[in-house]
Amino acid sequence: MVLEKYILAAITTNPSKIPSGTAVFHCENKKEMEIIAANLEAILDGIAHALTEELYVIVKH
Amino acid sequence: MSEYTYPILFGLAAGTLTRIYMLRTDYRQYPTYLHGKIIHVALGFIAAGLGTVAIPSIMEEDFTAITFLTLAASQFREVRNMERNTLTELDSYEMVPRGKTYIEGVAIAFESRNYLVIFTSLLSTLGYLLFNIWGGLAAAVLSILISTKLMSGGRLKDIVDVEFVEPRFDGAGLYVDNIYIMNIGLPNRQEEVLRYGMGFILKPKNFNARSTIANLGQRQAILHDVSTALGVYRDSGTPALVPLAKRDLDDGRVGVFVLPQEKDINKALKVIEAVPTLENAIRMPTERQTNGKGS
Repeated sequence: MVLEKYILAAITTNPSKIPSGTAVFHCENKKEMEIIAANLEAILDGIAHALTEELYVIVKH
Repeated sequence: MSEYTYPILFGLAAGTLTRIYMLRTDYRQYPTYLHGKIIHVALGFIAAGLGTVAIPSIMEEDFTAITFLTLAASQFREVRNMERNTLTELDSYEMVPRGKTYIEGVAIAFESRNYLVIFTSLLSTLGYLLFNIWGGLAAAVLSILISTKLMSGGRLKDIVDVEFVEPRFDGAGLYVDNIYIMNIGLPNRQEEVLRYGMGFILKPKNFNARSTIANLGQRQAILHDVSTALGVYRDSGTPALVPLAKRDLDDGRVGVFVLPQEKDINKALKVIEAVPTLENAIRMPTERQTNGKGS
């Protein structure tokens, strides 16, 4: 089986919503979360998807 | 020189010229100048040779020579494989790939054009031998006209109405009309997408067209052609800037989202309308006899 899409990292400002099974980046505020997500998107060659206002995931497509 | 020398040379010339005529380099930049063309002109010359000698062979009652045509068939199948392999290899380096369906269509076209060359040279030689050089010329012109007709397939404008729609965001969701395209989380990226992005709605004209444009290969061909003609605003490592085409499940419309470097709506509409309808994508569900035998 080949996984075509998978979560590379999660970025959140809400520690109570931490997903397991992937790298998690805690941020102080939304601004920091956007900066981290933009950098990770470029580094990991993935797309930053917003699931909620407090949680972004970087997904490899 | 025998009585067949001039008819054979005439058929050979007619067939080779037909192949050169059909080998026009267009917006797809294929075949590339110059080596790619030499391969196909050489193969066209061989095809013309096979077609042209068939008639003198029949007239001399040398029927075994016709078996060479079967050899040609397997030889030209190899042409199809060669084109498929080359284009598949190159596709991984494209900003917006052609897709396998498009590649298969191109490969089939290359094979079939050699058969059209055989047909042209065969008829030209026959015309020359039955009548005279004018008869041969008339047969050659007629064959080239038939070949032109056979090699031109349908266009997307025949099966869909294309309409420009400005893309928009609803939260992180990117939409073209009411068709969801993708989720883009970063506000900066969203601004970039709105600045450079263009949306189009393909409205199928009938039920058959609905199935045809649902084909993923056909949709990829649209994205590739628009990106080739208008450029593409993306680089490697920017998957958020990839052009996409998504389907409305309710009515079969397709929303096309592209990021061209040249944001010209009229030009983009013309490019989309001129996208070839891929042979392998065409579906005709209405042709099925639901009440007939075997349904």
